[in-house]
Amino acid sequence: MEIFGIGILSWVTFLPVLGMVIVLALPKERRDVIRWTSLAVAAVQVVLAVVLFLRFDRSFAGINTEAGMQFLEKGRWIDVSGVALVGRLHIEYLLGIDGISMVMVLLTALISFIAVISSWTIDKSVKGYFALLLLLDTGMMGVFVALDFFLFYVFWELMLLPMYFLIGVWGGPRREYAAIKFFLYTLLGSVLMLLAMIALYFSVSVYLDPAGGMHALSEAAAGIRTGWEKVHTFNMLAMMDPANYEAGSLLAGINTSWRYLAYIALFIGFAIKVPIFPFHTWLPDAHVEAPTPISVILAGVLLKMGTYGMLRISFPMFPDAMRHYAWELALLGVISMVYGALVAMAQTDFKKLIAYSSVSHMGIVVLGMSSMNTLGLTGAVFQMFNHGVITAMLFLVVGVIYDRAHTRGLNEFGGLMNQMPRYAGAMTVAFFAALGLPGLSGFISEMFSLFGAFQTFPILTAIGAVTIVLTAGYMLWVLQRVFLGALPDKWKGLTDMNGRETFMLAVLGAVVLFCGIYPAPILNLMTSSLNHLAAILAQVPSATLLSGM
Amino acid sequence: MASHMLKDAALFLPEIALTVTILAAIVADLIFRRVRAVVPGIVLAGLIATGFLVLGQQGSSVAIFSSMIAVDAFAVYFKLVILLAAVVVVVFSFGSAELQTGGRKLGEYYALLAAAVLGMMLMAGANNLLMMYLALELSSISSYLLSGYTREAADSSEASLKYVIYGALSSGLMLYGISILYGLTGSLDLATINHIVPVVISAGGPPLYGLLIAGILTLAGFGYKISAVPFHFWAPDVYEGAPITITAFLAVASKAGGFAMLIRFLKVTFFDATGVMAAAGTWEAVRGLRWVDLVAILSVLSMTVGNLTAIWQNNLKRLLAYSSIAHAGYMLMGVAVLNDEGIAAVMLYFVIYLFMNLGAFYAVMLIADKTGSEDIDDYKGLGSRAPFLAVALAIFLISLSGLPPTAGFIGKLYLFAALINKGWIWLAIVGALNSVIALYYYVRVIRNMFLRTDEQQSAPLSLSGMQMTMVLALLVPTLLFGLYFGPLVQLAQASVRIFGAP
Repeated sequence: MEIFGIGILSWVTFLPVLGMVIVLALPKERRDVIRWTSLAVAAVQVVLAVVLFLRFDRSFAGINTEAGMQFLEKGRWIDVSGVALVGRLHIEYLLGIDGISMVMVLLTALISFIAVISSWTIDKSVKGYFALLLLLDTGMMGVFVALDFFLFYVFWELMLLPMYFLIGVWGGPRREYAAIKFFLYTLLGSVLMLLAMIALYFSVSVYLDPAGGMHALSEAAAGIRTGWEKVHTFNMLAMMDPANYEAGSLLAGINTSWRYLAYIALFIGFAIKVPIFPFHTWLPDAHVEAPTPISVILAGVLLKMGTYGMLRISFPMFPDAMRHYAWELALLGVISMVYGALVAMAQTDFKKLIAYSSVSHMGIVVLGMSSMNTLGLTGAVFQMFNHGVITAMLFLVVGVIYDRAHTRGLNEFGGLMNQMPRYAGAMTVAFFAALGLPGLSGFISEMFSLFGAFQTFPILTAIGAVTIVLTAGYMLWVLQRVFLGALPDKWKGLTDMNGRETFMLAVLGAVVLFCGIYPAPILNLMTSSLNHLAAILAQVPSATLLSGM
Repeated sequence: MASHMLKDAALFLPEIALTVTILAAIVADLIFRRVRAVVPGIVLAGLIATGFLVLGQQGSSVAIFSSMIAVDAFAVYFKLVILLAAVVVVVFSFGSAELQTGGRKLGEYYALLAAAVLGMMLMAGANNLLMMYLALELSSISSYLLSGYTREAADSSEASLKYVIYGALSSGLMLYGISILYGLTGSLDLATINHIVPVVISAGGPPLYGLLIAGILTLAGFGYKISAVPFHFWAPDVYEGAPITITAFLAVASKAGGFAMLIRFLKVTFFDATGVMAAAGTWEAVRGLRWVDLVAILSVLSMTVGNLTAIWQNNLKRLLAYSSIAHAGYMLMGVAVLNDEGIAAVMLYFVIYLFMNLGAFYAVMLIADKTGSEDIDDYKGLGSRAPFLAVALAIFLISLSGLPPTAGFIGKLYLFAALINKGWIWLAIVGALNSVIALYYYVRVIRNMFLRTDEQQSAPLSLSGMQMTMVLALLVPTLLFGLYFGPLVQLAQASVRIFGAP
């Protein structure tokens, strides 16, 4: 599908950059024009995402085949013809989506849209702020649609700098510390990912025909046609085909220690982003210091890139290593769940509490993924979507009260129920969704994840399930401290939510409610893909048995 | 014989043109004392003309003047890098406020700069140990004078003196190494040494330790020129004290000459073209001695010491000095691989490094010219005082730290790729971790520019159109090569052929 001769995925990815250029060209005094331009860009992005959603063929599996990917865009990006001894370099501009990425594209468009609205109150260098926000948007979207590892990596790193500035310039009192901590942690993870990427590049070969088409090594076994040239590739789909690994290369074979090492390097890169315990310490700092819209994006989209990376890259490329470390992965998921919930319970800072609840909820995603069955994977991906929406609501809720009271101390509040009834309603929906009340979206995805995980790791899952009680505990306790009891005198003047705030929370609340009652439209998107992924993961043991393990 | 000399002289045309330029600059300086633009104009034209003559040498692979100097794709590439850096530095110098203070005339300055360039070009082509030594001295002596050029500034004189002492020591060590090598092999020609070493070894002599000592001493000379740890002690003081134009010149061009010579020396001298080791495809001809490990150790030390020390610097020139030591370490990773891929990666890195490092130095120079300070604390609030310059400097620094979508990332990517393909995983991991450390101090500058505000509310800095163009000329390649680097890679890969290396 093309618009003006350019593929729709390119539009949805690079539209924000276009917006950024326009914003940069505007004079900085025209603050409202800048805001409306950004909003228009975000709105068009939502429309494009909905078009994708409507046109998306639910029966396509995707994951590791080019034919299974939809809205595919392919072009030559870098092509250096072969020089003796060094070989030909061929990097593709390859975009495409399957069930997993479709869900994430929807989420990214929605959260970016909400974040732009939420940014209306930013008054400090508006032009720079929106320019960076839009650049960040492109980076996020790009990660979810890229099918070439090199391209993926560029998008992945593209987000770092805008995020650094958005926290560092527009953040709270300790913003410098939080921003550099975020930057260094993520970069540490991504350089490890870079090394794994290069190792994959040199291990995988395909044949390239003169027209630019790629042919797997297995295909070439039937006979190499004229003009075919053997090249290394960054193509993710080629990296998922075990037959493309050249014998004797670093990552060839199955269950080798190099493969485990590469898997761990990738894992650290993604785990820092999720964040999985013990890589989570940057998160509370970043969240507490970031302005509300950036917290919304950080928790709503950025964290999902970690788990998305595992599903898109680690699992299909290293199914053997994934199976080998599945128990450890589940264990880390459970620790994140329980630890996050316990630490959240001890917080008196509203925002820090939500930040730790994110650690806990992302732990559920990790546990669900480690189950290796369709049920658990579905729960995990759906939880990624739901957590994105719910946690965006939670951070907006914090933002509303902070904008008015200029404090986030939970113990300073009380009795706000009558003072701010609309606020109380929105916050209750968000909190009940977060603690997994049936009828709201969080319930379904958490149950799927736990049911799926129980089939694989019953004991770990049983321990992890304690989190549900803990979450209910700290969430309800917050509601009690904020809304019930006597209203302190100093908060008598607090006003209820204005139209803009109500709109944002109403949109997200509607999504939460809809997905809670009728999740089928979202679940249908990913079923084929996740079935296929589960099948890929399940194929491994036979090979393992053959190799004598 | 005479016809040989004439034919060889034809291949020596670029160097001859540059020599003519130097002489013309000196004469012009005597005649046109009052007109400021004449000497820089002559030098600039001379450098550009030399560049075109070098371009004309593409494709040749011969050694001239009895094998003293090699004219091959490898030398051509490095000569172009050196000339490009020199052209940029001449333009910098013309606009530099620092050089104008004290009312000194700058004619000699440009002539010396051209002389240093000549030395570096000879380094890139030197194919004989004696030639290498002479070329190194020519570029070094010119550099000593240049780094002390603003002699009114006390630290400039100190820098120059320190440079002379360190330079004398390390060239002495190198000369000693060369003499041992000559004693063992009876030759100064790189290729001949290569042929004789296996013969000497198979004759059962004890020269293994001799070779080791000779090798280490010679490496000390190269290490000094590329400011690799532990031969780096002169660099921070010289870089801080020298006029910033010369600092930029030393950090890029001088390093390019040093690397070219180092690679040629390693690649040709100790590569056993006839013996058993050639079949294994490795270059460590001398059994029992793993020279690459030495280079790898130099690389790890340079990266780590350079980066860890840079964190504590408050003077931006000094910070960039330590960062350039770290960059020498990154490039040494590619040398340690020492196959075509590694060398191509180093060569690619050099072009990228030229743009981003000269860009960073130029931004620092412009800021210092306006604010009179190179202190990192005085960069506070620069983002609002000089948005264009601050953004440009931020991009140069991000590129130096190696993040996409800047060219610095491509450079790092190729270095890591060469390492991983050869199985040097541990070195790649050390390099990768080092780039995380490096980010910290580059971001310190960015933090001060954008995240902190200037309490004194100083006036905005304005740039002239000329300065803006110059910044853009360096900025555009830094970004462009990050997204489209195909031609650059092609050029680097096509230029790895070294005369005399198998």
